[in-house]
Amino acid sequence: MTPPPVRRIAVDREPNVAAPRAPVNGTRPSAAPAGTTRRPATTVRERMRAESLWLAYGENWVVRDVSLPVRQGEVLALIGASGSGKTTFLRSLNRLTEITAGAARSGRITLDGQEIYELEVNELRRRVSMVFQQPNPFPMSIFDNVAYALAEQRPPRGRRRRRRTPELEQAVVDALRRAGLHEEIAGDLDRPALKLSGGQQQRLCIARALAAQPEVLLLDEPCSALDPISTATIEELIVGLRESVAIVIVTHNLQQAFRVADHVAFMHLGELVEYGTSEQVFDHPTVQRTRDYISGAFG
Amino acid sequence: MAAALGASPPAAPPAVVRPPRELTSSWPLADRLGYWACWATGIGLCAIAAAIVLFMFVKGISTLRPSLFVESPAPSLRQSQSGGFLDPLVGTLIVTAIGIVLAAPAGVAIAAWLSEYGRPTWLARAVESTIETIAGVPSVVLAIFGLIIFSQSFLGFLSQRTVNGTVTATSFLVAGAVMALLALPLIFGATREALAQLPGRLREGSYALGKTRITTIRTVLLPAIRPGLASGIVLGIGRIVGDTAIVVFLLGETLKNEPANGVPLLGTLRGTGSTLTSYVYKNSPAGEGNAPQKAYAAAFVLMVIVLVLNATVTRLTSGGRPGGGNAFRLLKYWPLGR
Repeated sequence: MTPPPVRRIAVDREPNVAAPRAPVNGTRPSAAPAGTTRRPATTVRERMRAESLWLAYGENWVVRDVSLPVRQGEVLALIGASGSGKTTFLRSLNRLTEITAGAARSGRITLDGQEIYELEVNELRRRVSMVFQQPNPFPMSIFDNVAYALAEQRPPRGRRRRRRTPELEQAVVDALRRAGLHEEIAGDLDRPALKLSGGQQQRLCIARALAAQPEVLLLDEPCSALDPISTATIEELIVGLRESVAIVIVTHNLQQAFRVADHVAFMHLGELVEYGTSEQVFDHPTVQRTRDYISGAFG
Repeated sequence: MAAALGASPPAAPPAVVRPPRELTSSWPLADRLGYWACWATGIGLCAIAAAIVLFMFVKGISTLRPSLFVESPAPSLRQSQSGGFLDPLVGTLIVTAIGIVLAAPAGVAIAAWLSEYGRPTWLARAVESTIETIAGVPSVVLAIFGLIIFSQSFLGFLSQRTVNGTVTATSFLVAGAVMALLALPLIFGATREALAQLPGRLREGSYALGKTRITTIRTVLLPAIRPGLASGIVLGIGRIVGDTAIVVFLLGETLKNEPANGVPLLGTLRGTGSTLTSYVYKNSPAGEGNAPQKAYAAAFVLMVIVLVLNATVTRLTSGGRPGGGNAFRLLKYWPLGR
């Protein structure tokens, strides 16, 4: 098997730049040393599905006829050049496209078989949470950031919002643990979130998104503003989470897609060009455009 | 190489190198003239401001006694017996408090609605131009408008009735309510500006967690713009403290605070009185002119209050840090003698 072009880029780099890659690496025998092959998830089941989805901003159709499944137990990576509609597709999954004026949609998106337009929008967004390209912690303490996600929309009568009950504190700590942040901040939950480093802020955002126990987690280039070490931490986190939550990640970084994803969808100019397991898309792309993109001919 | 990197650097560089001063002599004449004109205008304005402050200081400080702050005004043709300005000081506080209590929630709420919802568009546009109109109306027009509105019979509970039953429309409540219209556009503007400067990702982050717009506004956005809110409120206070027309029209002719009959606190609010501005006006040669020296003293106090408020705004909007203004540093840009 000839090494795929994406590997060649990795080889050209300093070998230790992406050193902590080993644990998340290696869906493919050829790419990973023996023994580090990623264990497949025990159960894989479909949670969301887009069916002949078209999305537009105004007159401009930016996603054209895309059909994709989103499964729990695996990571789906969306790759493609800028303007290929990846982010729009991602944002449509929890109806965040709607906050842009003039957004339109055709086709179906379902969550567990139910059309997402039939769900109350905030209910949907609690079940399908999102982490953005730029870390966006709220200007409050670490604790309040996570507790904010946990606060009920309508608190029971007579109870103050975000009161620090032991249960709430436990839930916040759990979320921070899952995001691998709790040890780093040494339990100092009252620190202002904006005092954290960029990588820590992004993991706080992931913790915040995880706190409310979402069923699907959407990641929009979560590492593009981060250094390689923070990136590696977050990648490990993503792969570790795929058992409990379905994950969709948009990335410009092909190596990252290869490192974390089980399935890869390549989009170009709004169309879904190729979809398959990452081995298939990176090793044996069936479409010439995919081959060109992953070898760096354009994009 | 590794050893060189590992060695600790010296504590300070040997000498600080400064760029040479830029000379205007190489500039075209038109540019030099423009540059000097800018300097002249700036310095001229500073001179005028300094003259006002100095003049008021000299005039005011000579009459200013601590006793003026604790004595009520007394009707007397002799200046030495006409008392102090305790009542106007208290009056200023009351009018400002009423105005801000009314204007702050309204201004913040309208700004939040306009910038976060803004639907339907025609209503948003109408609200926006309404506020611009209010901001542009001279306060004397607001005052006479207030006089018409609040002398309606059914609003009599806000002021007092004369013996023949007409409503006076002069009271702290009435003056404060109209003052709220003065402060509203400032609070609205500051809030809106601050909300517009918040990054969109803050809102998206909250929506993506399944939060409603109103929860987002209340829990994320408004706490994030606290300095903006505070500076809007302080600007509003400054505007109310400094206004004269509304006080003259809607707070009555009395220099002392004269409570209406009835419950003590409510009586004061429904009663007439004066503020520092109306005190200055009435005691100056332009008014009855009985105590010009005390008018200067009160004007000085008023000016100090407004200057302190302005300094507060500057401090708040610069993120709590003092501006670091060093007057001598300005001399670097001195245009002459280059």
